[in-house]
Amino acid sequence: MEAITTLIIAKYNYWAVILLIVIGLYAMIAKKNLVKKIIGMNIFQTAIILFYVSIGAKRGATLPIIVHAHGDAAHAIHAADYINPLPHVLMLTAIVVSVATLGVALALAMKIYFHYGTLEEDEIQKKIMDREPDKVATSGEHL
Amino acid sequence: MIWQLDLIILLMVVICGISAISIRDLLGSAIMFGAYSFMMCLLWSIMGAVDVSFTEASVGAGVSTVFFVAAVFRTTRRTRD
Repeated sequence: MEAITTLIIAKYNYWAVILLIVIGLYAMIAKKNLVKKIIGMNIFQTAIILFYVSIGAKRGATLPIIVHAHGDAAHAIHAADYINPLPHVLMLTAIVVSVATLGVALALAMKIYFHYGTLEEDEIQKKIMDREPDKVATSGEHL
Repeated sequence: MIWQLDLIILLMVVICGISAISIRDLLGSAIMFGAYSFMMCLLWSIMGAVDVSFTEASVGAGVSTVFFVAAVFRTTRRTRD
């Protein structure tokens, strides 16, 4: 029991990551509105970025800039004194990619709204079936 | 890393995320998503990732919110869930 409590308290960043991933998945699957689905996708992406940044964090470490780099060059550098900067650099790219996917997704949602007049998924499916009943009927089963 | 501040900001991140997907108004949802991104940026500057933090503050909390507000104003604010 003591070990489990220590694990839960010591790794609280990862529990928050799990919670945020579940929130994002719920919004992507259960919400009917397209903009809510896009917000869920973004929450999922930031949760994964939080996971990677939590890997690089260290207790009692400072920013990854070498102290006293100029002047006296002859001293040892301990890696435990500096936060690991490699996950930060990887996640910098992921943030830019997430904004690009957000722009494309919102553009697609706006095209769907201009075509069908609604952002709700079930109403869109109903309008598709009302508009082309013969095509849906001949193409076999649908949802 | 100050763990008290870290826990408070993590709690606020989760609250902002839940409210962003549960508000029944798309404009309010977009604003709550901007608040979520800003809380995430504070969290990363606490964890020492300052480059990720100011990229998130400009791109996540700035540009994403502008995209959402522009898309909501060109379509509709109405939502059923």
